[in-house]
Amino acid sequence: MSGLSHLRQLEAESIHIFREVAAECQTPVLLYSIGKDSSVLLRLAQKAFYPGPIPFPLLHIDTGYKFREMIEFRDRYTAELGVKLIVHTNRAALNEGANPFAWGTQRCCGGLKTQALLDGLRQGGFDAAIGGARRDEERSRAKERVFSFRNEKGQWDPRNQRPELWNIFNAHIHRGESLRVFPLSNWTELDVWQYIHAENIPVVPLYFAHVRPMLVRGDTLLPIEQPFVPRLPGEQPELVKCRMRSLGCSPCTGAIRSDADTVPRIIEELVVMRRSERQNRVIDHDQDGSMEIKKQEGYF
Amino acid sequence: MAAPAVLALEDTFEEFLELEKSKDLLRFTTAGSVDDGKSTLIGRLLYDSRNVYEDQLESVTKASAGRAAGGIDFSLLTDGLRAEREQGITIDVAHRYFSTARRKFIIADTPGHEQYTRNMVTGASTAELAIVLVDARKGLLPQSRRHAYIAAMLGLPHVAVAVNKMDLVGYDEDIFRAIESDFRKFLSAFPAIEPFFIPISALAGDNVVSRSRNMPWFHGPALLEYLEQVPVGNRARQSAFRFPVQRVVRPNRDFRGYAGNIASGQVRVGDNIVVLPSGKTTTVAGITTFDGDLDEGQAGQAVTLTLSDEIDVTRGDLIAAADDAPSVASSIDATIVWLNDAPAELGRRYRLKHMARQEWAELSAIEYRLNINSLAREAATTLEMNAIGAVRITAARPLAFDSYDQNRTTGSFVVIDPVTNATVAAGLISGAANSGAGSHTDKVFGWHVKNGALVISGKGSGEPISDAETLELLKALLKKLGIDECF
Repeated sequence: MSGLSHLRQLEAESIHIFREVAAECQTPVLLYSIGKDSSVLLRLAQKAFYPGPIPFPLLHIDTGYKFREMIEFRDRYTAELGVKLIVHTNRAALNEGANPFAWGTQRCCGGLKTQALLDGLRQGGFDAAIGGARRDEERSRAKERVFSFRNEKGQWDPRNQRPELWNIFNAHIHRGESLRVFPLSNWTELDVWQYIHAENIPVVPLYFAHVRPMLVRGDTLLPIEQPFVPRLPGEQPELVKCRMRSLGCSPCTGAIRSDADTVPRIIEELVVMRRSERQNRVIDHDQDGSMEIKKQEGYF
Repeated sequence: MAAPAVLALEDTFEEFLELEKSKDLLRFTTAGSVDDGKSTLIGRLLYDSRNVYEDQLESVTKASAGRAAGGIDFSLLTDGLRAEREQGITIDVAHRYFSTARRKFIIADTPGHEQYTRNMVTGASTAELAIVLVDARKGLLPQSRRHAYIAAMLGLPHVAVAVNKMDLVGYDEDIFRAIESDFRKFLSAFPAIEPFFIPISALAGDNVVSRSRNMPWFHGPALLEYLEQVPVGNRARQSAFRFPVQRVVRPNRDFRGYAGNIASGQVRVGDNIVVLPSGKTTTVAGITTFDGDLDEGQAGQAVTLTLSDEIDVTRGDLIAAADDAPSVASSIDATIVWLNDAPAELGRRYRLKHMARQEWAELSAIEYRLNINSLAREAATTLEMNAIGAVRITAARPLAFDSYDQNRTTGSFVVIDPVTNATVAAGLISGAANSGAGSHTDKVFGWHVKNGALVISGKGSGEPISDAETLELLKALLKKLGIDECF
């Protein structure tokens, strides 16, 4: 008998991780970000607990600046699956006028994402947050554990991580401390799309190429969902065939020019294209090693 | 020639997708010190197999400009954390991913200094192959031996010894052969390892992705070709059926299943199984998955088993082939690697996590500490961070296990400090303590009543046993059931 393909092996390992969190943590929650990785997480969770239901709720940290299509997809898909969805927003920061142009990307992310996440986890009393981060996304993530420890302030200490051996995970924490758990740690972007294709998993339509109005600034295509995105003098949106390679807040997520309007075409584009997916995320580049700093502070 | 994962024009895209789906996965580990060129080798593997994105390359080219070396500093592709980039060292285990037309790869990249033995062990724990780097100018150093020893200890079937920096010794065959001969002598102590020796230059790209013209005297494949061809996953598939129960699935009154990943072997509907440590036997009624019921399952698959009889099974139990069952004992001999600043304390109670099972366990004896450089056994009363020792551990309740040599999943455990919650040790089970020949005490696994006869299942040699041995088995069974005296 020959072995499992890499995709089935990754699937089984992720299922194992899901079952360990559910068994060893008191109040786990799945951090649902609506993107393709979240869609894959949900399918893996369904498989892990079948024929039972997914035994924990979903938490979405809504900055208020997500794409409209993301929110529509979120509400439709979670209802269809019959899972419990909790939405948390840092209203206070929004009321103070938080947006990436007024506050700068670092402060805006700090308030609407990092602070909102920590508050949302605390309010729900969650001791483990399951997320879709992958080690291939960014250099500092390459060293993140599958069960990643956070102190009582929700912070990550990259120099003092628990050794993680074989597939044995240590989920022990003291009161107030928490875990972030990453079932997709060993998946690559290509693995995720191949799995979406193989499993026919629904994803937000923004991933597929479509003619959309965009502000075109050199190589950057900027969506114009929010009124506060400043225009250059005389600048008018242009209709461009494009798609989102990763989904975040609309003011900080650039689109890419693309004709890929099906999952196989996206895979084809990925194989041919040689730029990494977070490259269109403004927040990762605001300082050298910036993702590592955000993570230490508590960002996902 | 190794083929990069790019689309060949003659392939249709559907064929490409099918090919992609059927690829298997090799996990390997690399260890080496600051100067061995390990990060350069990995950077080279990623770069030459076209697994580096343009913007990542731009970002490291930008960063390289601030450092001494000219051109691309491949090591910057892999050194992840800021502290490491600033100090120019690798301090933890980093994972890298790349693929070729034939296979997907996961690299666990670890530092090689003595004080990082724990990281090497961590990286090797999930790997099937280790690349040991040797600097051609320096020959066999203690850390190369250490890395090879750890690979052997952790049961990696394949070790590739890459003699690096051949460009700096004029691609001299004699230098390569001398190192090969030295290393073969050292490895002869580990007959389970099948070593592969290869001369390379990570910096110049010789024999990394494609065969080098500078070393026509070397007739083997390039490193990447070798990595593409090494067989994977054989051992787990060929071992006896083992299924650690992670979760009892009971969505309604009509369904009661046991979820887990098949650690080794195969299982078919109707197979006789034993549940350990209780020793109850029954048969497999069904193999359930989200994608439909299966007739059989194989090592690596995540499934939910249903059983023919209503017996008590909980998380942490081990379901195993009834005719080839593992050992059951509370007291075990093991090799442990100490991972924590706070040294091991004899007589102290720790938490032991073994598959999905957690037990209180006492460190009851330290037989010896292994000197990782000389491989000598030294007397010890404690084990400090990075020490490797042979110990005896006594758990509060019986554990069902195989020796690590036989099964990497059922033979491994971690030790957790109950106060700090830190993972303080990694353990590899050698066997039941005091498991002398002739004793059946640890060899009783289960019993059931069939046609009015008491059937005791055990792991014997298959030879008929004497009346005295039968009596001993019966006593052992009664003891297992908590009945100490009855004769």
